[in-house]
Amino acid sequence: MLIRRAPTFRSSEITDEKLYLGRRRFIAGATALGLSGGIVTDALLSELAEAAKAPQGAPLKAPRNPAFVHADPLNKIEDATSYNNFYEFGVNKDDPARLGGTLKTRPWTVKVEGLVAKPKTYDIDELLRFPLEERVYSLRCVEAWSMIIPWIGFPLSALLKQVEPTSTAKYVEFVTLHDPQQFPGQKPGFFGSSLDWPYVEGLRLDEAMHPLTLMTVGMYGQVLPNQNGAPFRVVVPWKYGFKSGKSIVRVRLTADQPKTSWEKAAPQEYGFYSNVNPTVDHPRWSQATERRIGEFRRRKTLMFNGYADQVASLYTGLDLKKHY
Amino acid sequence: MWLAALAPLAYLAGCVLTDNLGANPIDFVTDTLGDWTLRMLLASLAVTPLRLLTGQAWLVTLRRLLGLFAFAYAVMHFSVWVVLDFFFDWPLMAADIVKRPYITVGMTALVLLTPLALTSTAGMVKRLGARAWRRLHRLVYVAAILGVLHYLWLAKVGVKTPWVYAAILALLLGIRIVAAVRRRASAPRAGASVEAARARWVKRRLEDTRPR
Repeated sequence: MLIRRAPTFRSSEITDEKLYLGRRRFIAGATALGLSGGIVTDALLSELAEAAKAPQGAPLKAPRNPAFVHADPLNKIEDATSYNNFYEFGVNKDDPARLGGTLKTRPWTVKVEGLVAKPKTYDIDELLRFPLEERVYSLRCVEAWSMIIPWIGFPLSALLKQVEPTSTAKYVEFVTLHDPQQFPGQKPGFFGSSLDWPYVEGLRLDEAMHPLTLMTVGMYGQVLPNQNGAPFRVVVPWKYGFKSGKSIVRVRLTADQPKTSWEKAAPQEYGFYSNVNPTVDHPRWSQATERRIGEFRRRKTLMFNGYADQVASLYTGLDLKKHY
Repeated sequence: MWLAALAPLAYLAGCVLTDNLGANPIDFVTDTLGDWTLRMLLASLAVTPLRLLTGQAWLVTLRRLLGLFAFAYAVMHFSVWVVLDFFFDWPLMAADIVKRPYITVGMTALVLLTPLALTSTAGMVKRLGARAWRRLHRLVYVAAILGVLHYLWLAKVGVKTPWVYAAILALLLGIRIVAAVRRRASAPRAGASVEAARARWVKRRLEDTRPR
């Protein structure tokens, strides 16, 4: 029998709403005063240092970027942290929250390498020093459900500019940590492994450089919980959720299109692009509608998950039925 | 047995009352009811093999109850899909039944189970005659295979649980095939099947050396 348990974070770790709102007001005020426009205050620095030491659930503050908000209300943090796919922990959607405790997110380094002029290994603390901002994105899972989530991070383009991709670089590959000791789902079961490890995802370089592509270290004003891909993940809101690789240890620039994990597992079902597209069905289920978590009725799925204005131009001339 | 068969429902009711259905309650309820449909179906199909292996004849008294519970869970599973998931959006559902093989086979399995549930009473056995009744109820094998296929086809790559059901079903059907073959081997005359009769006829003709 299936036994459902409460999320693994303690109630004491949930940010008190008053503090949360207070922080929002502080940030709004700071933004108004121009403090966040690249000027890092001592207060912010000490907060970041605190976040760097902090376990999951620790507060992480960043000003909300008004250019990236969503018209729909946020999903509850309890839902976003207890219902998701992260096959490294298991194939059930409550596995990540239930089993996430085994992942050690510190020390953590991320190698940025491949076709770049200045390859570099970043420590997670260094990544936390990028100018962080909060963005509210819609996340559409290929299983036809969606959530509205406030992420905290910085554009991937900021990271890539530092390492300087060479002219031959055409794609970016994201590799997730491979360690069955920390990820129980990576141990092969009786019927074999669920996926080929490590988990690999990828983007075309222009997709990676798009301002929407967010390297993410937090959500809901907190350090990213283990079950949501701590400590460092990518969020690509116009593509199905699995394109947003979690717990990333390597970012590699390549000339050839990366072979992604889901493409390897079922090429007829999951393509490299995997843009949210209501007119192209998954071979075994429809993508025309979705259930917003927390809502009763299904709603219509929007082209590029509602980000068509920003990203449609990336795909002019590309047959999206063929390049699903 | 009633208690065991109703326990999943009580569990679901408990989840509803304590608001413990998770972030996606409709999917959770649909999946749970689907799981229990298959479990009940496999349990009802396990009765005969268990009886053959243990010689406990009384086990057969459980079969009808398990089969009817399988049907009840299947009906609830289907109702949740119609009412909660698609909210009577018939065109969309019809499109899905035709277009998605996993829904096609799931619907077929439910349709096949319906006459079995309707003819489950002792009166219906009498009215149909034991032989016709038994032949009709062999449809359960097809329904079970389609049910497992439904689960195999809807599950994402990498999800292995449907294979557990497939393995158990293969075992349960395998035991029946082995038992049937043995029955035929040990008592060929009593079997009186067409193949056996034909084989005997051919044998007689070959042995018949009288000039013609």
